[in-house]
Amino acid sequence: MNIDPVLAQLRITPPQHVSPLQKFHIDVPLLAGLGGLCTLAFIILYSSGGQDINVLLRQSARLGLAMAIMIAIAQIHPRHFKFYSPVLYLLGALLLTAVLVMGKISMGAQRWLDLGIIRFQPSELTKLSTPMMIAWYLSGNTSPLRLKQLVLAGVLVLIPTALIAKQPDLGTAVLVASAGSAVVFLAGIPWRYILALAILGGSLLPVGWHFMHGYQRDRVLTFLNPEGDPLGRGYHIIQSKIAIGSGGIYGKGWLHGTQAHLEFLPERSTDFIFAVFAEEFGLVGCLGLLGLYLFVLGRCFYIVVQAQDNYSRLLAGALTVTFFVYVFVNIGMVIGILPVVGVPLPLISYGGTSMVTLLAGFGMLMSVQTHRKLLPNG
Amino acid sequence: MSRPFDLKGKFYENRLFLNRIAASVLFMLLATAGLVIRLIYLQVMGHEHYTTLSRDNQVKISPLAPSRGLILDRNGEVLADNTATYSLEIIPEQVPDLNATLAELKNLLNLSDEDISRFKAQKSQRKSFESVPLRLELTEEEIARFAVKMPYFPGVEIRTRFMRSYPYGHLTSHVVGYVARINEAELRSLDPAQYRGTYHIGKSGIEKAYESVLHGKTGYEEYETNVQGRAIQVLNTTDPVAGADLYLSLDIRLQKTAFDALGEYDGSVVALDPATGRVLVLVSKPGFDPNPFIHGIRKEDYDILQNAPERPLYDRALRGAYPPGSTIKPFVSLAGLKILDISPARRVLCPGYYRLPNADHKYRDWRKQGHGSVDLKSAITQSCDVFFYDLAHHIGIDQLHDFMQLFGFGERTGIDLVGEKSGLFPSKEWKKKKRKQVWYPGETVIAGIGQGYVQVTPVQLARATAVLASRGRNVEPRVVDTMKAPYEIQNPYPKSGDEFVADLRPEHWRTVIDAMVDVVHSQRGTAKGIAHGLSYTVAGKTGTAQVFTVRQDQEYKNLKITKAMRDHAWFIAFAPAEAPRIAIAVLAENGGHGGSVAAPIARAIMDQYLLENP
Repeated sequence: MNIDPVLAQLRITPPQHVSPLQKFHIDVPLLAGLGGLCTLAFIILYSSGGQDINVLLRQSARLGLAMAIMIAIAQIHPRHFKFYSPVLYLLGALLLTAVLVMGKISMGAQRWLDLGIIRFQPSELTKLSTPMMIAWYLSGNTSPLRLKQLVLAGVLVLIPTALIAKQPDLGTAVLVASAGSAVVFLAGIPWRYILALAILGGSLLPVGWHFMHGYQRDRVLTFLNPEGDPLGRGYHIIQSKIAIGSGGIYGKGWLHGTQAHLEFLPERSTDFIFAVFAEEFGLVGCLGLLGLYLFVLGRCFYIVVQAQDNYSRLLAGALTVTFFVYVFVNIGMVIGILPVVGVPLPLISYGGTSMVTLLAGFGMLMSVQTHRKLLPNG
Repeated sequence: MSRPFDLKGKFYENRLFLNRIAASVLFMLLATAGLVIRLIYLQVMGHEHYTTLSRDNQVKISPLAPSRGLILDRNGEVLADNTATYSLEIIPEQVPDLNATLAELKNLLNLSDEDISRFKAQKSQRKSFESVPLRLELTEEEIARFAVKMPYFPGVEIRTRFMRSYPYGHLTSHVVGYVARINEAELRSLDPAQYRGTYHIGKSGIEKAYESVLHGKTGYEEYETNVQGRAIQVLNTTDPVAGADLYLSLDIRLQKTAFDALGEYDGSVVALDPATGRVLVLVSKPGFDPNPFIHGIRKEDYDILQNAPERPLYDRALRGAYPPGSTIKPFVSLAGLKILDISPARRVLCPGYYRLPNADHKYRDWRKQGHGSVDLKSAITQSCDVFFYDLAHHIGIDQLHDFMQLFGFGERTGIDLVGEKSGLFPSKEWKKKKRKQVWYPGETVIAGIGQGYVQVTPVQLARATAVLASRGRNVEPRVVDTMKAPYEIQNPYPKSGDEFVADLRPEHWRTVIDAMVDVVHSQRGTAKGIAHGLSYTVAGKTGTAQVFTVRQDQEYKNLKITKAMRDHAWFIAFAPAEAPRIAIAVLAENGGHGGSVAAPIARAIMDQYLLENP
């Protein structure tokens, strides 16, 4: 970790052609990929939102805010991220506790913290602060990890995850857990531990089933066989599959998806927007969308590999993996291979909170990429 | 932290990290491949299946009921009409305060609690945007009263529905029949696609017999719905095709004449055109008002009809089986001429009774003192019973049965209406089979004058008369003359071709028909009372059918027995005798003597028909 002073002694020659975007610490390929996804988002939101221009206006306001936050974060040097990691982590844990307590008082699930001017979901903060904290904790250690570190890192992941799961917000809990786990994985957890964890988890499944509430079991059963409850829990997934399947290879065409427009498909602008996309643009459109996601992910991995310090690459790697988990969990749920948990399709679904967090994460990636100190050749 | 410059460790760490990144990328690609495989499964392999589901989801079909064909008489007079009725209907979701609205409407239109509870029951079964009827059949006054206040009742509207109506009521209740709500048993046997928008079905008469052509073809409206089933847009409309209009051969004015001519008597009048079998009159009296049946007649009203002693719901013309009495004599005569080849000059002595050889039982003639020596013609003219006792005895029941079958005795006429009874002409075999008894010769004797087991329906006797009038040509009675439909239809009652059912020598026909002319036109004829002022020749035969068997030691005295025990009065006739244009059978239940009661009724009808259509 103490490589920075060494690098600092080397004279860095600035690149000869610096575009204005690069000057503002913006990674052009990543921005282009994100722009492409956001463009697709507008196209499909116009259709799923009932061709209401106000939906687009509200979404572009959110996008504008999120972009501004992303660019602002990109200006910050990664070392500041590292410095503030424990603070942010503690703040996130405290806010989550506060939300839970307030939720208890108001006798219901609560995710929001009303700060007067803006309403804020603390769980969104932890999506970033948890991997930051784990990266902070593990970046100073040489790989492979020792058991003690592993246990402590596990506890650090579990605290916010448990608090969020208790809200209950299963989708976000999954994302936070996978962000934290991604850091642990990238930091070099030995494969034998992974194997042991997998075996332990697998053997705990029947035990867990035994301790589940009836409604939780129902949820699992519904996931396994949605047709068994066509008007209840299975309804979402059946309608979603109908929408996707009826889209076929080339789709029904933009604005011509009947399932969504006739209100058969629930949450068609938010969690289930992929079904609308698949219905109107077909398999070809879906492959295009996945391709665009892979392009963004590819650029992210490039940034991760290029990162010059351990903290940066652990954080950047974790954010990248989390972004993919985001995409995979949402699409997997919509096409019926994963249970229904409330996870939006990143950058496409309507809604502001997750967009801000996501772009903030990309801002960090851009910061990692653009604050590199260029080593002279040779 | 303890190893500030561990470049070897750094190198090792870098390699491990890159390995982990590679593992992540691999995991990502595999997971993405999983998504793609699933998408191919849904969108390529499952495409057809899900497209079907998607269409089922969104496209609903709503039926468009066709308008029922009208029923008109031969002059275009409408006997069964479709009239607009106005109903007050409510679309619940458009009403801000349903209970308040119902309370106000209750005051405004004097709604009954029954109306409101029925409305609530129906409302609970429908979607909130579907119209629910509150009150059917608004009067014009109620429409006016509501129309003024209409702006204060959002979601309440007056709707027009076409309902069947029968302007002639009692007069056509049996022949035209009526429609009423489809019941569950009917629903099972109907084509559900054709009856999805139809609530009524023919229950009797022509309405039932011609249901298939009156109904028409149901149209469909395919419309797109959202998840609540609310219609969003109409995709496709297949217009309904109206049912066929049926023009009857019936003449409603003639029908009314017959109905009125029956006067105080219950009974039946059937008149046919013997050349074509067209039914000119088909009366069963008393009738009933079919209109209340359409909406569902109240139980107590139905019980009144059902339990009335004169049985108004009973279709006497098709289902009433009566002994034909002496009206059978011309046919028995033809049997004698054909089978025994008797001479018209053959004479029989009528002493007022007939006795079988070696038997004591006396078969009485209606005329106590007898008719003296009678030949065939005078036996018909004077309706001598003894002559026919003797003739029947000589022909034998089985031969008589086979011959009478040619004229349709004991068989349905095949008229284009439902529920016809076959009547009965007995035979030895029949008795053995049905009664498990042997045939007694005395039963043949009384069959010769249309008593005993012999039973006919009025339409059957009218048809036999028409066959006689047309000298043996087959006559199939048809009420419906033409069908006018906007599309090709199949007549459910096609007529078979002209053929002779009874093949007799012309002089046999002449003998019997001449005798029947004498029944009306000669001084000794039993129906001479109607001959006055006739401008055409009528061939007829009276009949007086016993309802009540008089014991051997008793005498029949009209005035001492109740009306229900009195004889039925029959008269069959055709005219003009030389070229018949109308054949008729009149039955006046408990009317007493055919010549004095039934014959004038036939005369009134023949007069009107022949004189108005020269």
